[in-house]
Formats: sequence, structure tokens, C-alpha cells
Amino acid sequence: MVTQVYAQEAAAPAVEHVDAAPGAADIHADPTADTHATTEAHGGEHDSGVFPPFDPATFPSQLLWLAITFGLLYVLMSKVALPRIGSILENRKSIVDADLAAADASRQKTDAAIAAYEAALADARSKAQGIANETREKIQADLAAKRSAVETDLTAKVTEAETRIAATKRDALTHVDEIATETAQTVVGQIIGDVSADSVRAAVAKASKE
Amino acid sequence: MAGTDPIHQFVIQDMFPIHLGGDGTAGSGLNISFTNSSLFMVATVAVISLYLILTTSAKRVVPGRAQLVSELLYGFVANMVRSAAGTSGMVFFPLVFSLFTFIFVANMFGMVPYFFTVTSHIIVTFALSMLVFLTVVIYGFLKNGPKFLKLFVPSGVPGYILPIVAPIEFISFMSRPISLSVRLFGNILAGHITLKVFTGFIVTMSSLGFLGILGSALPMIMAIALTGLEFLVGSVQAYVFAVLTCMYLNDAIHPSH
Repeated sequence: MVTQVYAQEAAAPAVEHVDAAPGAADIHADPTADTHATTEAHGGEHDSGVFPPFDPATFPSQLLWLAITFGLLYVLMSKVALPRIGSILENRKSIVDADLAAADASRQKTDAAIAAYEAALADARSKAQGIANETREKIQADLAAKRSAVETDLTAKVTEAETRIAATKRDALTHVDEIATETAQTVVGQIIGDVSADSVRAAVAKASKE
Repeated sequence: MAGTDPIHQFVIQDMFPIHLGGDGTAGSGLNISFTNSSLFMVATVAVISLYLILTTSAKRVVPGRAQLVSELLYGFVANMVRSAAGTSGMVFFPLVFSLFTFIFVANMFGMVPYFFTVTSHIIVTFALSMLVFLTVVIYGFLKNGPKFLKLFVPSGVPGYILPIVAPIEFISFMSRPISLSVRLFGNILAGHITLKVFTGFIVTMSSLGFLGILGSALPMIMAIALTGLEFLVGSVQAYVFAVLTCMYLNDAIHPSH
């Protein structure tokens, strides 16, 4: 123990260390004496023999440096780091919100566009149908008109042809007696010689009446 | 024998001696030297500050891994404060954040061999808990005035029990800084001593020859398991300290239970 106190106080004899020494001597009698001898080599240890965490001699230094370092940490955190992280999170949230709003707006625009497209499509379809109907009706009307014209024409032509046929038939029938007379005269003339035209005619008339 | 002395790891050594008063020679007067403890306080603060400030300097909207860690840490502590002390407790967010990160990183530093553990000294944990305690008392009286004393009068308690309940509440309130500081200090101190004792066994036993080397496997396994446990204890104690701080601060903000 003497060596310990001696080693420590050699550099600077201090009142508090001398005061601590008698109490310390009782606590650390022998077992750690060699420990202290070894640790003295490091120099500057607060090895007054007290259990180090309960050594009041180290308290001022620890408190001062804790105040300095923790104060610095608090200032750096509250002024720099935390506001910055907070602003990053805030910024991200606002960007996400804005993007979601934009996406929503775009979707509404898309919906509107689809509705407009469908309305236009329906409109065009009905218009197309109208045009088709109109065209069909026009064509039908045209067709009907042409057909009726042709039909009238045809009827007229048929009537005319029938009249002509009837006339021709009548005409032809009036000529039948004459032809028969001529033919009979010629045939009779060939067989029995000349006969008078009147007698032949009378014979034909008589024959045709039968 | 210094290698196996479980107490030696807590010894404070002056690195740059500074003395106030005294007779001007080293060792006299008020010793406020820069010590190994101070060094690790500085290292703790430097690691926290540099990490948080450097990883967030890019302010990326889509965070990288490093930035994400900072953001998660922020969110973790912010949720802790908000859930325990409400939105009005967010004025203490920087304090709780500083306390949590300081204790956590100091504990993690302590797990590195040959490193000094700042929180293994009662004066450090007591100073931190007194900081919390005084913040609670001063803020509580500034914000609530005399109503802050309602803290000792739980609502719904019949009048005739109050003479018993109020002193109990008062004592429990006053013992908070002690329980807060001793919990952290005790856990860290005991853990480090246990770890050192078991690792010391390995050295002692393996110097006893072949059987000793075989036998030293047991403390080796214990030391490995304890190392894992100490990492857990170091993290949990930082968390406990921060959560209790939030709950005490909640008392200052909303004194009536």
C-alpha cells in the first residue's frame, strides 16, 4: 500500500488523496496491491483504492465532459440532424401526397375522356345509322320510281304490241278467204283446167262455213 | 494480474490533465482532466452526430440504406415519445433522442474489448437521470403551475386515504432519478464485471495444463453467451431509459393521472 500511495503522490502530493489513502488502505489490503503496482505504469489514474465508479475524485471531470459532450449532442440533434430528417420525411410525405393527388386527377381526366369518347362514339354511331337509313330510303325511293317508270313503259309497250298483234291477226284473218280462193283456184286449175274465180270463191265460202 | 482484474476496466485515467485551483501542480485542486471516459463520450457523440448528419446530407426522397437507418431511428424514437407523452410531448423529442442514442452508442462502444464504458459510472447515469428529473420538475411547474402537485394526488382516491397515498406518490416520484440511474449503471456494471470474470476464468484455467484448457471451454461458452446477452442488455437499457424518460415527461405535461 505504501508503494501505491507513494507512486501516486510522488508527482503531486494532494490533500484529498492523502485523506483517501487511509480508508483505501483498509479496503484494498493485499489482493489488488499488485494490480495497482501494474496500473501505476499508465500514470494519471485516480486509483485512490476506491471502487472506480464510486470514486468522487473522478466526478468533476466526468460531469464536465458529460455536460460538454451531451450538450453538444443535444444541440447537434435539435438544430441539425433531427430537423433535417424531419424535413426529409415531411418532404417525402408531401411528394407522395402530391403524386397521389396528381394520379387521382389523371384518373378523373381519363374517366372524363372515356366518357367523352363513348358519347362521341354513340353520337357518331347514331349519325351513321341515320345516314345509312336516309341513303337506304333514298335508294329505295329511287329504285321504286325507276321500277314503276319501267313498269309503266313496259305495260304501254305490251298494250301496244297486243293491239298490233290483234290488228295483224284480224288483218290476217281477212286475207284467209282470199288465199284459200287463190290456192283452190290454182289447185283446181291444175287438176281440171280453168274455172271462174267467182265459182271458186263461192265454193270456198261454202266450205269455210261448214 | 491486471488482465483478469474485473474492476480495472472501470478505472478512469487522465489523458490530458486539467486541474482547477489547487497549488498549480498536477493532482491538486479540482480534477477536470480529459480522461478515457471523456474520450469515449466524445467518440459516442461524434459517431452519432457524424452518422446522422452525413447520411442525411443528400436528403434523398428515396433513401439509401444508411439514410434509412437514420430515418428509422428517428421514427422509432418519435413514435416512442408520441405514444408515451402525446403530441405535446414532441418538444422533448430532441432530448429523448439524444438520451437514447447517447446511452445506446455508449453501451455498444462498451462491448468492444479494451474500450471504456461511459455508462458504467454511476455519476454519468445519475447526471442523465437528474437531467430528466429536473426537466420534468421545472417544465411541470412552468407549464402547470401549482396544478403540477396534482401529480401526487391521484384522481378518484377518497379523501381519507390521501394522507397515505400522497406521501407514497411523493416518495416514488423523488426516487425516480435514483432508480433510473441505478438501473442503467447496475446493468452495465454487473454485465461487464460478469463478462470479465468469465473471460478471466478462461485465462486462469488454461494456464493449469491440458485439463485446464479442456475445462476452460465452459467459461468460454458462458463468455460467448454473455456477450450476446450484454448486447441485448445494452440496447434494452437504452430503450428502457428512453421510455421511462417519456413517461416521466408525460407527467410534466399531463400531471393529473
